[in-house]
Amino acid sequence: MTPHVHDHDSDHSSVYDGLVGSDPSHWAFGTDFEDPLAGVDTTLADGVDGPTLAAYCLMLGDDALVYSHRLSEWCSRAPDLEEDIALTNIALDLLGQARLLLARAAAADPGVVPVLPDGSPIPPEDALAFFREAGEFRNVRLVEPGNGDFAVTMVRLLVFATWRLAIMQRLESSVDPVLSAIAAKAVKEVTYHRDYAGRWFLTLAQGTDESRRRLLAALDLVWPYRGELDRVSEVERRAVDEGFGVDPAAVAAEVDVVLEQVFSVSGVERPERPALAAVRGRAGRDGLHTEELSRMLAEMQSVARAHPMGRW
Amino acid sequence: MSGLDKLARPAQDDRPAGREWPLYEVFVRGKRGLNHVHVGSLHAADDEMAVRHARDVYTRRNEGVSIWVVRSDAITASSPDEKDPLFAPAGDKVYRHPTFYDIPDDVPHM
Repeated sequence: MTPHVHDHDSDHSSVYDGLVGSDPSHWAFGTDFEDPLAGVDTTLADGVDGPTLAAYCLMLGDDALVYSHRLSEWCSRAPDLEEDIALTNIALDLLGQARLLLARAAAADPGVVPVLPDGSPIPPEDALAFFREAGEFRNVRLVEPGNGDFAVTMVRLLVFATWRLAIMQRLESSVDPVLSAIAAKAVKEVTYHRDYAGRWFLTLAQGTDESRRRLLAALDLVWPYRGELDRVSEVERRAVDEGFGVDPAAVAAEVDVVLEQVFSVSGVERPERPALAAVRGRAGRDGLHTEELSRMLAEMQSVARAHPMGRW
Repeated sequence: MSGLDKLARPAQDDRPAGREWPLYEVFVRGKRGLNHVHVGSLHAADDEMAVRHARDVYTRRNEGVSIWVVRSDAITASSPDEKDPLFAPAGDKVYRHPTFYDIPDDVPHM
């Protein structure tokens, strides 16, 4: 064995060597990526209706997709480098969930996928993301409006992550093995999102007069979107009956308990603001959206739509 | 439709000058690593936030299983001026390297 003498320069050029092992040229790629669907049986379980499963996956997938895009708009604009990366990490987590859910929707019912020119290399989940009109999206309206300031962003993230975590925890026992695997991955991710937003909620509430003023104003803006999360659409009702979906009304109380805890430690009252109304009985799950979704999609989809034969 | 962005963002960072968050040094232990390795630094308001920020900034690519953070001003460092008296004397002590032993192949971590 020869003496191992470090030279100063190489110590600095390979700071990640000790972390990622053998090939130093690959440190930037990290290690050991896992396929969340590895070994998962993708056939439909008995009693599961393909089109209903597809419609349900679009709902959860569109929530993640639209909100991911909103959060990604913070990229390069957050108050600090550290928060910038934290927010974009969350956006990427949600984009990953959206991709898996939209792909599952397409597999469960190919009829939901927009038709592209023959020979287009665009995969079905991308076709769903970039080639549907606003009226075909099934997300709740909470995720649509622009980000507002940092306080509005944190309040919306707290409400969204608290609700989605409650849904995903129950979805782990879905009879659809793919939904169950996606939920298992999502639970870990969204647990962190909730923790992150909850800490910031407390910090802003108990910080300066200005941070508290902004937080309370943010809560008033976000709260009207809270009520829609408890609505149960016809698709969700059938998804519960067939054993693969979660009843949103059944998680409402749990979501409120968690939010009350955060409000309580932050010294904030639960807001008294009327819920955003459904329009002729229709809300986000039925394809009824705010104008802001159309504007967001116009930007998000413009490049893909200009190149329906594009390979990315 | 009144959007969530009704509240305008401030045009620029409105933190008072000189009130930057303190600097922290970050150490990460990898899956196969035995020790925490210094990977960089970041700003955070307190220790807990520093751990969260370290997770977000330095373990995005599955590098780590454990994080240490310490405020940079808590570190006492040697001075470059002392380089010769501190380190040069070790430069010619070849007998301190364990090169005169045969180490069996099955001894780990050597």
